Amino acid sequence: MRLYELTAHELKEKIERREVGVEEAVRALLDRIAEVDEAVRAYVTVAREQALAKARAADERLARGEPARPLEGVPVALKDNMCTRGIETTCSSRILKGFVPPYDATVVELLERAGAIIIGKTNMDEFAMGSSTENSGFFPTRNPWDLGRVPGGSSGGSAAAVAADEAVAALGSDTGGSVRQPAALCGVVGLKPTDGLVSRYGLIAFASSLDQIGPITKDVRDCALMLGVIAGHDPRDSTSVPRKRCDHLKGLVPDVRGMRIGVPKEYFGEGMAPGVRAAVGAALKTLQDMGAILADVSLPHSEYALATYYIVAPAEASSNLARYDGVRYGYRAPGCPDSVTMMTQTRSEGFGAEVKRRIMLGTYTLSAGYYEAYYLKALKVRTLITRDFDRAFEKCDCLVSPTSPTVAFRFGEKMDDPLAMYLSDIYTVTANLAGIPAVSVPCGFGEDGMPVGLQILGRHYDEATVLRVAYAFEQATDFHKAKPVLRDARAGGAAMGGTAARGAAASGDGSGEAGGGPTRKPAGGEADA
Amino acid sequence: MKITIADVDHVAMLARLRFDEDEKAGMAEQLSRIVEYVEKLNELDTGDVSPMAHAVPLRNVLRDDEVRPSLDPEEALRNAPDREGDFFRVPRILESE
Repeated sequence: MRLYELTAHELKEKIERREVGVEEAVRALLDRIAEVDEAVRAYVTVAREQALAKARAADERLARGEPARPLEGVPVALKDNMCTRGIETTCSSRILKGFVPPYDATVVELLERAGAIIIGKTNMDEFAMGSSTENSGFFPTRNPWDLGRVPGGSSGGSAAAVAADEAVAALGSDTGGSVRQPAALCGVVGLKPTDGLVSRYGLIAFASSLDQIGPITKDVRDCALMLGVIAGHDPRDSTSVPRKRCDHLKGLVPDVRGMRIGVPKEYFGEGMAPGVRAAVGAALKTLQDMGAILADVSLPHSEYALATYYIVAPAEASSNLARYDGVRYGYRAPGCPDSVTMMTQTRSEGFGAEVKRRIMLGTYTLSAGYYEAYYLKALKVRTLITRDFDRAFEKCDCLVSPTSPTVAFRFGEKMDDPLAMYLSDIYTVTANLAGIPAVSVPCGFGEDGMPVGLQILGRHYDEATVLRVAYAFEQATDFHKAKPVLRDARAGGAAMGGTAARGAAASGDGSGEAGGGPTRKPAGGEADA
Repeated sequence: MKITIADVDHVAMLARLRFDEDEKAGMAEQLSRIVEYVEKLNELDTGDVSPMAHAVPLRNVLRDDEVRPSLDPEEALRNAPDREGDFFRVPRILESE
């Protein structure tokens, strides 16, 4: 197995045993990025020199006999909406091009304190608004499983980087599914923690009552490891909740016997692709075979969640994005005679179409005469949606659903129709509205052999249960071990044509494949198929 | 609710955005469709439901009023599009007499 293919816990162990040097690990990842990122385009910035300098410092530290830290030497990618001191941070927007933050986000400090090496910043939908990474102000990221398809979004760069072995682990942010949906579409693990568990200091704000930072990883153990590092109270984020730190690794036992898992009927209705339905159905059967008790539950207000989200999120965004005025940082339109013209021109040239659309929508719903009809109404429905979950959790330990109604779609398929794009988030927005934790874990392959994710939702602060069920499922299957096959983009133009050779066999119907799942090719081989 | 070009003009002014005529027509049409979709919420009676602004109920969070280091002016100004001394420089704000 090549170094860049290792999980974070495997790599950290090798580094701890001094079988691998930190610089060696970082170079392996940088080489991998050089090899495949021309095809995938996961990164907007690769912090090569900073990463190598930090790697050498870590090696010296270990040589002095200091103990290995929880993420010692693990190369990690960050979505480009987390501030990194001295490394450009753009939110994939022209309006922030060239912005070099004078401080680190809290999660960056915590990762580095735990020994992780930041190797770069990943592409995203501009200001995290989108579900495909096509709204990046710079370029779209491609899905490593099929270069003709989107990686999902808005943390599409982070998910694609982990799926393509261009990062050992990554962080994304999730406002309506932006960690879980791309994780599902790229066949990796993604967690949105409970509101207030992870500090958002230094995360560029989109919708403050919904935004959460979460890990995107190759397996559930890495997810728990990363969460343990980034969770914790931070006085610099007034919405951060004071709680005792806990070791999320301890709770990872591969046993779901007797656990009550709710299956919300509203999440299995119309609009789900047959391949997704088959893969998720097989996953439920796997959990049942493992001894979990499946229970039918109802979340009656689910059909109102997307409408609620598309009032609340743009309203908060229109307020948060008022700070981009060309005065203190970022782009400023040249040659304007007065400040109001300068601000208007700066914003009109600096923001992309989707960001402007959401600012307009949010400004409209908050404007005089409409506030009560839209925003206040949405906040009340948010209460009803949260109560649905409270009721379901009285009877169940957790809930399961598909993460996304479809597998990764093709470029351009939904770009002309904002509402169709918004429907990608239909199963994920509720966790943000209710503030509960939810993880997406690979559960098979659907249409055209593309990955499918199983979403597991839990009670507030009960990441332990969500991760335990995800871990047990993962240990009973091996979908997480399947890898896309990417050819060296430098070797010739062939790999750039649209579809990558695929390591996993297609499983259009997926019927009768509970447990073992579709046949896959083990990672690594068939590089030039 | 149908969103008109006049609505787009008004909201664009509030949001400090400018659109050309083609963009305005597209924006009015797209916003109308989205607003029509979100009006689905009117199906629900929320008369006695209290609004939920944030998922985690937190009261005012206060910190001790102690002197701590803050951002160095030179660092704070490093990303400024334009500056003069220790100040951000902007085009004229007030009308000249």
